[in-house]
Amino acid sequence: MRPVVLARMRRDVSVVLAGAAGQGIETVGGMLSTVLKDSGNNVFTTREFMSRIRGGTNTLQVRVSSHRVAAYCLRTDIAVPLDRTAIPHLAKYSRLQESTAIVGEAEAVPEEYQRRDRVHLVEFTQMARELGSKVYSNTIAAGVILTLFNADRDAGRAYLTERFAAKGPEVVQKNLEAYERGVMVGKRLTSEGLIFQIDREESVKEELILSGTDAVSLGAIAGGCNFVSSYPMSPSTGVLTFLAQRSQEFGIVVDQAEDEIAAINKGIGAWYAGARAIVTTSGGGFALMNEGLSLAGMTETPIVIHLAQRPGPATGLPTRTEQGDLKHFLNAGHGEFARAAFAPGTLHDAFHLTRRAFDLADRYQVPVAILTDQFLLDSSWNVPMIDLSDMSTEKHLVETDDAYRRYRLTHDGVSPRGVPGHGAGLVVVDSDEHDEDGHITEDLRVRSEMVRKRLHRKMELLRRDSLPPEVSGAKKPDRLIIAWGSNYHVMREALEISGRTDTGLLHFRQVYPLHESVAGMLGDADEVMIAENNATSQFAAVIHLETGVRVPDSNRLLKYDGMPFSVEEVVGFLNR
Amino acid sequence: MESKEFDIMDRVNYDIAWCPGCGNYQIRTVMMQALAELGLRPQEVVLVSGIGQAAKMPHYIRVNVFNGLHGRSLPPAAAIKASNPHLTVIAESGDGCMYGEGGNHLVHTILRNPDITAIVHDNMVYGLTKGQASPTSRRGTPSPLHPADRQGVTSEPLNPLALAISLNASFVARAFIGDQEQTKDILKKAIRHRGFALVDVFQPCVTYNKVNTFRWFKDNTYYLPDSYDPTDRVSAFQKAIERERLPLGVLYVSPDRPTFEEESGVYDTDRRPLFQREVDWKKLEALICSMKSAT
Repeated sequence: MRPVVLARMRRDVSVVLAGAAGQGIETVGGMLSTVLKDSGNNVFTTREFMSRIRGGTNTLQVRVSSHRVAAYCLRTDIAVPLDRTAIPHLAKYSRLQESTAIVGEAEAVPEEYQRRDRVHLVEFTQMARELGSKVYSNTIAAGVILTLFNADRDAGRAYLTERFAAKGPEVVQKNLEAYERGVMVGKRLTSEGLIFQIDREESVKEELILSGTDAVSLGAIAGGCNFVSSYPMSPSTGVLTFLAQRSQEFGIVVDQAEDEIAAINKGIGAWYAGARAIVTTSGGGFALMNEGLSLAGMTETPIVIHLAQRPGPATGLPTRTEQGDLKHFLNAGHGEFARAAFAPGTLHDAFHLTRRAFDLADRYQVPVAILTDQFLLDSSWNVPMIDLSDMSTEKHLVETDDAYRRYRLTHDGVSPRGVPGHGAGLVVVDSDEHDEDGHITEDLRVRSEMVRKRLHRKMELLRRDSLPPEVSGAKKPDRLIIAWGSNYHVMREALEISGRTDTGLLHFRQVYPLHESVAGMLGDADEVMIAENNATSQFAAVIHLETGVRVPDSNRLLKYDGMPFSVEEVVGFLNR
Repeated sequence: MESKEFDIMDRVNYDIAWCPGCGNYQIRTVMMQALAELGLRPQEVVLVSGIGQAAKMPHYIRVNVFNGLHGRSLPPAAAIKASNPHLTVIAESGDGCMYGEGGNHLVHTILRNPDITAIVHDNMVYGLTKGQASPTSRRGTPSPLHPADRQGVTSEPLNPLALAISLNASFVARAFIGDQEQTKDILKKAIRHRGFALVDVFQPCVTYNKVNTFRWFKDNTYYLPDSYDPTDRVSAFQKAIERERLPLGVLYVSPDRPTFEEESGVYDTDRRPLFQREVDWKKLEALICSMKSAT
């Protein structure tokens, strides 16, 4: 697709750092985003990287803006190449424009680019060596870029003082010197006209900077998570790491399982004993969990699954993004049973939906998935403080008595859930078909009743409890564009830029089961469109199945190259 | 506590799905006696099993039951214990379930050392699927898939005791259900042991294993003498790899290994099981507040 040049008032600036893994892109990016946020700028950071520990070409985009943005864009206002592969890499993926200013060492800027107008050569390494070591070049680079935005110098100094405190006063001092050198260079560049004035908001200074990984992890803790068992797999591992690092503080049992089969069986065992467990995995790991998912369905044991999507099949593109596992989750497990799936679009969603997943799983004793993806998890931006004041955890466990029956057929379809050791009763669960006591049965009438309970009645309850999609954009739209999960921000921004007054956005943060209002909403639109990060439009298929509304093939914007949608691509689609 | 407290049969009209003469019946009797003699209440015991004939055991004993998937009894058992250390958690299943489908879980459960007991009914054959070889089938044993005219089973049998000792399991024992008193004694020691305990219980399959019969087990086993020191790992390993006559009793004890629950740190200052705990909103708020900078 042809990139669209954005014709609008520039209120945000895209800085792209590019270079090999291990060169310090993260260090510079972390400093930029924190110091700019502390200066009152909105910041959004997203990463794309290769599946290797060192080398390759990775990029980190920081968007500095006067208002909240949280989408990837192709536009690069300032490119900071850290090695020779950086500029060709950006050019290859349409991320380098005529207007892009390049700030870097001569060695990192290929000859054919050095003749350009907007190239500013800065000898970071040489300057760093003068300070005693080339390790300071990243701080110098950060100082240069921050100065272009007239960032709060004290905020920069405070950041470095805190960040390097553990390494001793000398390291702090050297970094402060490096920063000041960068500031001097930055001032020279601003006097040459390379300056970016972005409106600031005082309130932003007090905001948080969270990644999708952080938001999911915090949401889990808020959901009462006290057990996590997982096998590491990108991009889901961050949640396991986060919870492990906070395990003593919050009383979380952490089990780095031998495989994903063990992980989900442990999660189910933990819930059986009354813990609130999460398993975090990606598509390949979830494939191994299918058997366990079915066990949760049969035993009516709650389980929360964080399914961090990345491109498949098989190992696919391990570090890239895709929305390719929706059908995988919905169709996973042998046999038929109820389940629900959330797909956060914002950090707010990621926190609250993860928290909600625990309550929902507990309330109906079903598996609940949170479908994220690499793009959401590895991106971070500033958000207001999360308000915890009204939060509580739902209580669903009962104290059992002598007559307790784990699978009692009740009026509402949910059997009271007891746990072993809490009350006079016994808790018997079974993966075979079972009677109300939990014991194996081959009574086929009982079988039918249990299926109605596990599947039909629970699906009814889950549907009644489902979250409606969010409608935004045009007030009375002729056209509706559907999106789900992490595409929320890119759709919002593209819709605004497109200036389309005839188009509304229908964003789903719960993708299964669908809220009953969906069929009506879609039925009222003259035209329905969809954008998805997969090759087969999986969510369109779900919508078709659930509502009868079919999104025409020509109205589908599908991307499956491993990258998230860029704002430009979506604008192009909306205005095609 | 009396053994009948654990007997579900006089409370429900239950159809036991084992063959007449199966060793599982005696293991059931011994299990109920062991639990009673240890002074446990049914409410504080959880029996976890996988799939197979042995795996039906929890349904025939009056305790809490988690009857899960084939080969998967150990992961949920460990998780149940980690979620509530006050419970007595016993995983019980057959040799196919524990050593075949669940082999990887056995290895890693031994390494983690949760305070649970694994009781493996070892009859050296797959009974429920009608007589195929199991991981512990002896070389040369005929099976539907390893006909006698083609030498029978050609794989080396798994040696669960040697495997467990090589992994420094904290308690390794073998029993033969032909001797109920001794089996009960071993089971009691295993359940009482703090840390992961593996008990391999010889139990003949009267329908499908015509080689390893009651007689065969009787003739091919012997008890370790009272003078035997189970904390000596090298001699334990030597005992475990004996091939002529197979030793019975507690082969190995590694008494000082901390358990998985202890290592988790979650119970250091708070003994309550996880289901009794609340979200610490104050701490969470402090954590969220600390995330004003991305470092």
